[in-house]
Amino acid sequence: MSEKALKWTDRAVVVFAWSSAIILICALFLLIGSLLKNGWQTLGLDLIFGNAPPLDAILLKRRVFGGLFPAIAGTLLLVVLSVSLAVPIGVCAGVYMSEYASAGLRRILGLCFDILAGVPSIVVGLFGFSGAIILHRIFDGFRPCLAVSAASLAILVLPYLVRTTQTSMQGISPGLRITALALGASKMQNIVYVLLPRSMSGILSGIVLAIGRCAEDTAVIMLTGVVATAGVPGSLFGQYEALPFYIYYISSQYTDQAELMTGYGASIILLCVCLALFLIALGVRKGLSHQVFYRI
Amino acid sequence: MMINRDKTFKTALFICAAASALATLLIFGFLLVFGLPLFKGGQFFLLLGRPWAPGQGMYGFLPMIAGTAAISLLSLVVAFPISLGVSFFLHSLAPAALGKILKRLVQFMTGVPTVIYGFIGVFLLVPLIREMFENGSGMCVLSASLMLGLLISPTMILFFSDGFAAVDKKYIQAARALGATRVQTLLFVVLPNAWRGLMTGLIMALGRAMGDTLIALMIAGNAVNVPSSLLDPARTLTSHIALVSAADYHSMEFKSIFACGVTLYLLNAAAVIAIRRFGAVGKDKAHV
Repeated sequence: MSEKALKWTDRAVVVFAWSSAIILICALFLLIGSLLKNGWQTLGLDLIFGNAPPLDAILLKRRVFGGLFPAIAGTLLLVVLSVSLAVPIGVCAGVYMSEYASAGLRRILGLCFDILAGVPSIVVGLFGFSGAIILHRIFDGFRPCLAVSAASLAILVLPYLVRTTQTSMQGISPGLRITALALGASKMQNIVYVLLPRSMSGILSGIVLAIGRCAEDTAVIMLTGVVATAGVPGSLFGQYEALPFYIYYISSQYTDQAELMTGYGASIILLCVCLALFLIALGVRKGLSHQVFYRI
Repeated sequence: MMINRDKTFKTALFICAAASALATLLIFGFLLVFGLPLFKGGQFFLLLGRPWAPGQGMYGFLPMIAGTAAISLLSLVVAFPISLGVSFFLHSLAPAALGKILKRLVQFMTGVPTVIYGFIGVFLLVPLIREMFENGSGMCVLSASLMLGLLISPTMILFFSDGFAAVDKKYIQAARALGATRVQTLLFVVLPNAWRGLMTGLIMALGRAMGDTLIALMIAGNAVNVPSSLLDPARTLTSHIALVSAADYHSMEFKSIFACGVTLYLLNAAAVIAIRRFGAVGKDKAHV
């Protein structure tokens, strides 16, 4: 290339890179801005509790109509259930992958986890749905419900937990790895007292992001028991409401301006929850590895 | 005693790992069993190419395949240049502070719920497209691809940046020492050496675009037709599954959603295997 052509390429690339960055930032702020502009007026206790006094609603003395409280309660319960199902299994599997699996087994299991991480969430939902059909054949009257959703979501986030646990344990320096062993600790003691505490920040950031995925996922729950109106969930085997599904439902089924506004309010709340979780994950682990954001 | 406890510990961990891996196979197994009548005698492949006309007993999902292909490939076309530009920017052009902030912003974007992209799409993008083209409802392939492009950009940017960062620093220093500008180094040294990162990013983003449900469901219009223009509505495999409301579990209509599920599963598994083939970004180069 001639001197001149090189110079122009140089400039063109600089302009291209800067404008790409500006377009991306503008698009993001346009989205968030339109959400806030349309929805900020709705933010307040009414948005969550409707006409019911907040304390009565929280203590379940009064049912909330026209507020987001049942959806928030449903999402909260769902997250707690699925994360407490997934974390023990995922972390144990990650420890096995890092510390015990032979190279061959690690490759095979690793392939399984990678495929599982790639399965679209709607397919995981379909799996939960077909599981519910089978249970329906065995136990009459069994329907998709909170328990099915929680189990499906647990499967959805399992591979992330395995991977974050595995990578943060494998990242421990060889020196630290053998110190306790050299002092006579058994392999299990080494894992429980040295390696796990050492990789705790990585594991925790994985858990926080798994919480985020459970809170925001809509595709899984729409096939496994979420409904538009159910009140605060009363049983594991009942239908329930959830924040992301509410947003989806309102976008197509809103009947008046007030309902639409509640939809904007719900979107702002969900976005803030995700932002908060992201910041916590960052705080837990400075220089968070990309693996955590590894997501199909 | 100690040895016994160690053994139990190891077995418990193994059971967890095996159970998790089993879930992968179990999902596929369930999809196959439930869609079984559709797979007998190679019918599956016939269905791939047929139109959807439940009234006439035709349950082909060609329209959904076309919808998924059109929307996800187009979103890649939207997202690729921007992602490449942003990762150029982050790698060697951004002022340090701005680069740091932008990178955090991109990481945050991976966690923005897709239902929110969909919601804003319905009330911001769709009316815009409708007015701009004065054609149809605005719920179309174009709207969905634009929104989906924004959804997958952060994934691409992070992988591209990883790929760039994995290029050996000595090459870069050598180029700079020979008098190459930042941009020349980027174009002629970093880019050719980062093709793995680029491929991985592209495939990951394609997988995420194919697997996303809510954006297409909310703003692509969901008509069961092979779209013939950017402004036509379309239905993807994912939204077809989401929209099923067959009351009769034995109907062919109901079974067809499992065929869609199997197709999605296989496409994404193929993407994952392709990425493993290329080797994870920087696995062999990062620590040189």
